[in-house]
Amino acid sequence: MSTFEFTILIAVGSLLAGMLGAVTGLGGGVVIVPLLTLAFGVDIRYAIGASLVSVIATSSGAAAAYLKEGFSNMRVGMFLEIATTIGAISGAYLAASTPTRAIAIIFGIVLLYSAYSANRPPKDLPTDKPPDRYATLLKFDGSYPTPGGEESYNVRHVPAGFGLMYVAGVLSGLLGIGSGAVKVLAMDQAMRIPFKVSTTTSNFMIGVTAAASAGIYLHRGYIDPGIAMPVMLGVFAGALIGARILPGAKVRTLRLVFSVVIAALAFEMIFKGVKGSF
Amino acid sequence: MAQSQAWGDKRFEVMMGRLLRFGVIFAAAWVLAGGIHYLVQFGGATPDYKVFRGEPGGLRHPREIFHEAIQLDARALIQLGLLLLIATPVARVAFSVIGFALEKDWMYVVITLIVLALLVFSLSSS
Repeated sequence: MSTFEFTILIAVGSLLAGMLGAVTGLGGGVVIVPLLTLAFGVDIRYAIGASLVSVIATSSGAAAAYLKEGFSNMRVGMFLEIATTIGAISGAYLAASTPTRAIAIIFGIVLLYSAYSANRPPKDLPTDKPPDRYATLLKFDGSYPTPGGEESYNVRHVPAGFGLMYVAGVLSGLLGIGSGAVKVLAMDQAMRIPFKVSTTTSNFMIGVTAAASAGIYLHRGYIDPGIAMPVMLGVFAGALIGARILPGAKVRTLRLVFSVVIAALAFEMIFKGVKGSF
Repeated sequence: MAQSQAWGDKRFEVMMGRLLRFGVIFAAAWVLAGGIHYLVQFGGATPDYKVFRGEPGGLRHPREIFHEAIQLDARALIQLGLLLLIATPVARVAFSVIGFALEKDWMYVVITLIVLALLVFSLSSS
């Protein structure tokens, strides 16, 4: 296979990943590393570097689209960024001393969790409880427009959310993914932020988190232009197309199919990691 | 009070969203141009990414990448585009410092500066 064919095949694969990722809400980044390592035999470190770059592209590219429908809370996002960037930097340093087979196994487990959590229906937990004192101190409580008027919400369990965000950052830095599933867990489940607000805020955070580890990956020589180029362009174009076809798509069916694919990839990553072929 | 603050946030964010989108589209176009140059030059070679070697020094640090890209090295040109892409969220955080300062929210100016410092640390450390 020539470099030309290799580049085109990776670009097409990344385009499909980006499209499915955008339509299902799972993000394209989660399948890039398995795609590159399992199908193209690329070393997992190059794969993680390329995936990280594509995560930034989708996050920044989607920001404008998200702003139309969602309503992000910049204060919550920025405060939690302290946790995710510290996590991302520790994750990127940790990646250097972690055996690649261990990274493959952890990757598989995170993939399984993402597939599971994406199929759990989003439900807004009651938000009428009194606010957390940290949330008041940090001016987190806000409101967002709904068809029925302005809806206000209180933010709860700030320390738990902060801790979970650190974990999301570590995973992002270690595996080169956006860790959207863990960010949603922190904001929806722990901090009880309404779904519309948390999705948009999380999208903003994903790009900043990925940028924090991308710098370290670049210095380490993990970001190869020959691989990152088709991955970034493919995922970005795919995400743009995906966002456009989203209104007419059978999201639930697609999400289920994509989750099955992700679960299969997860098992193969874990299996190969245990066998030691990474 | 809450409403006027929310309105200010929203308007500032729409501006940020546009900035991010411009940055990412510009970076993508740059990477695409570098990619075409790269494929014209190396398209016929055999790729080998099975063994990790790490990138050469010229493709690891912003200053060296810039230096090699000026000489129209195809791989360095792509790398410069990727560097621009990595810079877009950093720019958004930097502009948020201004946004919070305009709202005179000094606590969040400090919080945002901490995030910015962490990003700069990551990009400049070796």
